[in-house]
Amino acid sequence: MEAILKTKNINKYFKKPVLFHVLKDINFQVNKGEFTSIMGKSGCGKSTLLYILSTMDTDYEGELFLNNQLITGQDKDHLSYIRNKHIGFVFQFHYLLSEFSVLENVLLPAKKLAEKSLKEIESDAMQKLKMLHIDHLAKKRASRISGGEKQRVAIARALINNPSIIMGDEPTGNLDSYNAENVFDIFKQLSDEQGLSFLVVTHDQDFADKTDRIIQMGDGKIIS
Amino acid sequence: MTHWKVILTIAKTHLLTKIKQTATAALGVTFGIGAYITLVCFMTGLNTMLDDLILNQTPHIHVYNEIEPSEKQPLDYYHNVENSFSVIRSIKPRLSQKKIHNANPIIAYLNQNENVRGAIPQIKATIFYIAGSIELGGNLTGIQPIEEARLFNLQDYVVEGTPKDLYNNESGILLGIGIAKKMSLDVGDRVQISTIKGAVFPLKIVGLYQSGISEIDNIQSFVNLKTTQKILGEAENYITDINVKLYNIEEALPLSKKIERQFNLTAIDIKTANAQFETGTTIRNLITYAVSITLLIVAGFGIYNILNMLIYEKMNDIAILKATGFSGKDVQYIFMSQAMIIGFVGGVLGLLIGYGLTSLISTIPFQTEALPTVETYPINMNPLFFVIGFLFAMISTFLAGYLPAIKAKKIDPVKIIRGQ
Repeated sequence: MEAILKTKNINKYFKKPVLFHVLKDINFQVNKGEFTSIMGKSGCGKSTLLYILSTMDTDYEGELFLNNQLITGQDKDHLSYIRNKHIGFVFQFHYLLSEFSVLENVLLPAKKLAEKSLKEIESDAMQKLKMLHIDHLAKKRASRISGGEKQRVAIARALINNPSIIMGDEPTGNLDSYNAENVFDIFKQLSDEQGLSFLVVTHDQDFADKTDRIIQMGDGKIIS
Repeated sequence: MTHWKVILTIAKTHLLTKIKQTATAALGVTFGIGAYITLVCFMTGLNTMLDDLILNQTPHIHVYNEIEPSEKQPLDYYHNVENSFSVIRSIKPRLSQKKIHNANPIIAYLNQNENVRGAIPQIKATIFYIAGSIELGGNLTGIQPIEEARLFNLQDYVVEGTPKDLYNNESGILLGIGIAKKMSLDVGDRVQISTIKGAVFPLKIVGLYQSGISEIDNIQSFVNLKTTQKILGEAENYITDINVKLYNIEEALPLSKKIERQFNLTAIDIKTANAQFETGTTIRNLITYAVSITLLIVAGFGIYNILNMLIYEKMNDIAILKATGFSGKDVQYIFMSQAMIIGFVGGVLGLLIGYGLTSLISTIPFQTEALPTVETYPINMNPLFFVIGFLFAMISTFLAGYLPAIKAKKIDPVKIIRGQ
């Protein structure tokens, strides 16, 4: 199987308020089309790991590969480009730009990437919205839609540049069971139909049970 | 890679959704620039007017024969007292003529100098104005009216009649307005003047002269050069003063020194004669700029404050932009462009307000005895001030936006996203 994401001996320390070894020798990989979830107790370092994998946190030891390319040590502008092109994010809180329309929110990462014309980008975005059944909200302000809808907009935004992997930090943590199931179904469908890889940090046992693979973490180590 | 279109769209959306804050920040700039334009146009207008008041009618170099005692008294030629202490009482000025020797060739020579705009002769004479049995002391200056108007703006100070009228009338006189008032005379009347030697001449008043300084207006009158020579009973080469106007006022000092050496005359340059005047101009300019810069700095702090607050409000947006692939630089440019847009809009409005206010001021009547030609407040609407004002708006908003934008650039998205 082709590895999308691979880590080699990742160690991370928190230096304040006291020196604390958060992540200890993390070695694992996520394969193409694999739906992986990370579970573990609060404070075990799973979110910390996710933000290292997301390239936003660069303060760690070890090596990180994305599509078999070494990411560790790249300059910040290039990391931004990698996030833009290869990684999609879905957070616990919806993190939309509340002053922009739903469509604008979805468009922004693609506009930044600027690989396609505005027309192509717009039709892509509308297609993603349609797939998630929220195309009727396109012109609405992001602050005027419900929580479940916001999360679906966030998913559409994560998909817009056709990334290699989608990362989620408790993407269902803030949703009721109906909407949580909805989000899971969307992920599952994307994974099965389009071969997208997922890496999702979650507390939700039901959610994790339905994924292809569960990575259990405890005290900064991968247990299983 | 920077995608200005995206960055500007984001900046625009931020500004438009917070239109009240944007307007406040822009108004700060507007008032700063508006006040700067108004102040600087008005102050430099006044400055120029005051400069003109003195400098326009003052020759850049004034050449004349000083009446003074000889530097070497006869005793100094007597070698027997060389190393002793000698006292001379009641020293008299050296017997010399007031007239400049060989004046016409000197004038011709000066006019050939490429720095000289013009050198023209004058004759200064002390006379009496006769009104019945009363004699009023006065100064009569013989001039070439047309040249005097060309070089020293005589026409600005002739309140009735023109210098040309004087040129056309050989027995005409431009009478000081103070004397005219004292003697109840007006244009067209005749006035009798008497020289020190006692000769009496009737002259026709062709115009009235008002310098704005009443002490001068009470004694000063002008007649043609030739008429003066006739009145004084002197030959046609009798000239007491030469006034020189230069193209560049900075040349005045070296040229005056040269004239002194070459012709053995006294030559006073304008800067020596009006040293205190320049100091006043410099200080007024200093005050103008100090006040305007203060205004702009205050406006700059306003923008700084508002952008700082905006960035705190937009922490989430910044984090999300960074998470979805916008680099720190992009975020910095977003906030910088917001500051620059505020500066641009505020600056342009400020220029318009400044233009409006100065135009308004230039229509307000301002009449004073001292300045016969000025009817409204003087305004110096120099395009350069508008360019400076605009640049200042852009630079100050750039600086005010720079620090908050750098802060936004450095925000760590992980902290924001995890902190929620």
